[in-house]
Amino acid sequence: MKKRLSFLERAAAVPHLVWTLLFIIGPLLFVLYFAFTDNDGAFTFANIAHLSSYAHIFFVSICFSVVATAFCLLIGYPLALAMARAKPSTQKLLLVLLMLPMWISLLIRTYSLMTLLDNGGLVNSLLRAMGLAPWHMVGTGGAVVLGMIYDFLPYMVLPIYTSMTKLDKRYLEAAADLGCNPCQTLFRVTLPLTAPGIFSGITMVFVPSISTFYISQKLGGGNFDLIGDTIERQFQYTSTYHIGAAISLVMMLLIIASVAIFGRFADKEEEGMLA
Amino acid sequence: MKTLSRVYMWVIFALLYAPILVLVIFSFNKGGSLASYTGFSFKWYGELFRDSVALDSLKNSFLLAVFSALLATLIGTLAALGLDRMRNKMLKSAVESVTNIPMMNPDIVTGVSMMLLFVAFGAILGLRDTLGKATMLIAHTTFSLPYVILSVLPRFKQFDKTLREAAQDLGCTPMQSFLKVELPAILPGVLSGLVMAFTLSLDDFVISHFVSSPDFQTLPLYIYNQTAHNVKYSMYALCTLIIVTILALLLVINFAGDFGKGKKRKEGAKK
Amino acid sequence: MRRITAFLLLVALFALFLPLVVSAKPETVTLYVYNWGEYISDGSEGSLDVNEAFEEWYFETYGVKVQVNYSTYSSNEDMYAKISSGAASYDVIFPSDYMAARLISENRVRPLNFDEIPNVEYIDYSKMFGDEKPYYDPDMRYTVPYTYGTVGIIYNTTMVDEEDIGSWDLMWNEKYAGNILQFNNSRDAFATAQFKLGCSPNSLDESEWRAALEELKKQKAVLQGYVMDEIYNKMENGSAAIAAYYAGDFLTMYENNEDLAFFYPEEGTNLYTDVMCIPADSRHPEVAERYINFMLSEEPAIANAEANYYASPNRLVYENEDYQADMAEVHEDAIAILYDIDGLKTEIYENLPPEQLTLLNELWESLKIKSPINVSIVVMAGVIVGGCAAIAIFFAIRRKKRRRIVAALWQ
Repeated sequence: MKKRLSFLERAAAVPHLVWTLLFIIGPLLFVLYFAFTDNDGAFTFANIAHLSSYAHIFFVSICFSVVATAFCLLIGYPLALAMARAKPSTQKLLLVLLMLPMWISLLIRTYSLMTLLDNGGLVNSLLRAMGLAPWHMVGTGGAVVLGMIYDFLPYMVLPIYTSMTKLDKRYLEAAADLGCNPCQTLFRVTLPLTAPGIFSGITMVFVPSISTFYISQKLGGGNFDLIGDTIERQFQYTSTYHIGAAISLVMMLLIIASVAIFGRFADKEEEGMLA
Repeated sequence: MKTLSRVYMWVIFALLYAPILVLVIFSFNKGGSLASYTGFSFKWYGELFRDSVALDSLKNSFLLAVFSALLATLIGTLAALGLDRMRNKMLKSAVESVTNIPMMNPDIVTGVSMMLLFVAFGAILGLRDTLGKATMLIAHTTFSLPYVILSVLPRFKQFDKTLREAAQDLGCTPMQSFLKVELPAILPGVLSGLVMAFTLSLDDFVISHFVSSPDFQTLPLYIYNQTAHNVKYSMYALCTLIIVTILALLLVINFAGDFGKGKKRKEGAKK
Repeated sequence: MRRITAFLLLVALFALFLPLVVSAKPETVTLYVYNWGEYISDGSEGSLDVNEAFEEWYFETYGVKVQVNYSTYSSNEDMYAKISSGAASYDVIFPSDYMAARLISENRVRPLNFDEIPNVEYIDYSKMFGDEKPYYDPDMRYTVPYTYGTVGIIYNTTMVDEEDIGSWDLMWNEKYAGNILQFNNSRDAFATAQFKLGCSPNSLDESEWRAALEELKKQKAVLQGYVMDEIYNKMENGSAAIAAYYAGDFLTMYENNEDLAFFYPEEGTNLYTDVMCIPADSRHPEVAERYINFMLSEEPAIANAEANYYASPNRLVYENEDYQADMAEVHEDAIAILYDIDGLKTEIYENLPPEQLTLLNELWESLKIKSPINVSIVVMAGVIVGGCAAIAIFFAIRRKKRRRIVAALWQ
């Protein structure tokens, strides 16, 4: 027998539904509206067609974020492995050390990295003091990628580390018993079993890197505009909202597509972490 | 092998912390330069506490975080209750996936879309300064909502339904059974949702950047404006204070309780 | 137990902040002032806090509490975007001449009531315009000048050779690649190229604008970046060697780094006037007019001029001996750099007609989105994507094969 629901239970979701309609669906409809209208409010495909002149920006942004994501994985996976192998008491401290940068504002971390790498910053002062040639970093593409790696590395390490701690140690023992050397165990057992962590790490690094604008502004010196900078400029400077909306729309679709692809592999991981 | 991995780990952590440490050290610099350390002083901390704009933005940030977290927790907890009781499976999964949109979307798209909404509504209603406190509150509540629901909904799902029936058999009205039996069971989820909404709001820059106006600044917006201008070294002091506060909080949370799962959950959910 | 403690802590936290909300402020007028960054005396290092002084003065004079809400922008275009989007409204703004002309032509500012601004008599228009009227506001109804000045090139004497200076070419010199900073606003950036090419920044000829764009594209390869006020830190700590910026700001930087020097390029440069005006939708125009008047009175005007180091058209300022002495202390040539501009080839930016403005925006956008392609990064990205695809295909094929084997075994 189904119990009748009380008024509270039936009405509880209503405020949320209203809120969702107004402030989640509503804004997205406005993005659609602006992307397909001109300044007079008439329907047009001109904005979308105009995007071809921004293809370059999309290309550069995708390249930058792919490289940053790959480096995060290359640096982050061994780090997660090393963390997971540390003593349990140390692990707790390591976890705090890993999470602290995540909680510190991205602005602070990016800015401090910039002051460090700047031509007149500490790194170059040290190089000069040692009689070496200064190293121009700020204002180059390499600095932007470095900034992405630096800012988002913890977001790669944390999910991988979590999936490693949940890994049943008996699999590793079994692999060793069956004659695997440590290297084989790593590639044949640990790596496949932590794949969901890797995939959620990849999306958690890729999405913010492709949409960032602060990192490219500070470390790229305004020389390396990415999608984020371009969108930001459309809305802050020239009031070209319609083009901005069109770019946002395309980027959103791009990201939803990539999240959907990687999300398929990462799904189980999410369930595990939420439980 | 073991030492190698340990060395690797500490080297990476050192690199991760080097820029932050430099920032902290130079906040105690007597001179106003990053190129040379001229001596220890609290000068910039003094300047910071005389900077009314910085203090105002700190106040704004806290008030906004408190109110948006409370609002998001209220709406989110009710929504979780409603979703848990919802019998229409289609509607339920539709609502759940729409709720997650702000979590999946890059912040910049969320920010831009909300700004378009606010500006368009402002134009329709003939308001002169649409962006400000109210739009910030709405935006912060919106992006915190999915996280609150995500931390409360599993509690409802785990809750043993027979307990509720037992309470009602023993003479509780449905309302009483909800308040006395179910609510205490989901409270931890509600609290961690509240804490998470609070920290998310404090930390947000990108969305605020689009939906705020220059006369309502939060801390991240203040820092952004500072770094776009002639940086006063009191900002270094401010950043140091923020870092120290977060470190203290994290240590307390991780070594004294289980609340630290909040952020982890966020990351897991972000996928 | 821990959760309860945490909950109590949170409750205590909320209780702590509640009074901040509940304590309703007494009846006050809020005056929204929107100004350039680093443009008034803000009380740092013991100077006069002009806004606070205004609040006090206003309360003493009129018995009404005024609170100045002060926020800043870093380019005329930013400010225009905010004003025109209707997203925020202000009571006093500080546009440059060409932007003031645009705002006036679009009816976005209101005529001033000069009965409330008697101090305008101290303004010496001939400093900027000689015998002529300010073109942006010929009847002088909407604006009151705040400062004026010129653009020049700031360079670091330890990094730049003396023989290279003198011309705008320095900003294109490959010898200093990676050490040059360009304006991050369209009008000023294009003007540097136009002066270099010997054309006017007010040109109506599209080909001249396109030629300037080509120059700027060429320059992009040697630039460290496009910046506005970040320039202070970059020049002061030696992170960049060469930058075009406003003369007054050179003095601010020089105070912190005496290796810096300044010159006016021989091809000519921009002379600008920044004015104060009141947006059409101001809620408190009368208070705003009194604010403008206050800014022109002796003590605040001198404090401002000594804070931003820009040239002041206010007689109370430039004739003041203490002011002259103070400026000479900052830099021995300070007064000459700021005020002796009669011999320079200068040109005032005019408000461009709408077609030209659209063109300028388009060209600026096309300059900004040409991110230099970093070959190594593109190659790396290609290798990574290719590698991932190869791995994915490898696993897909292997899985298929295994399935086939399993299926064969079943049969």
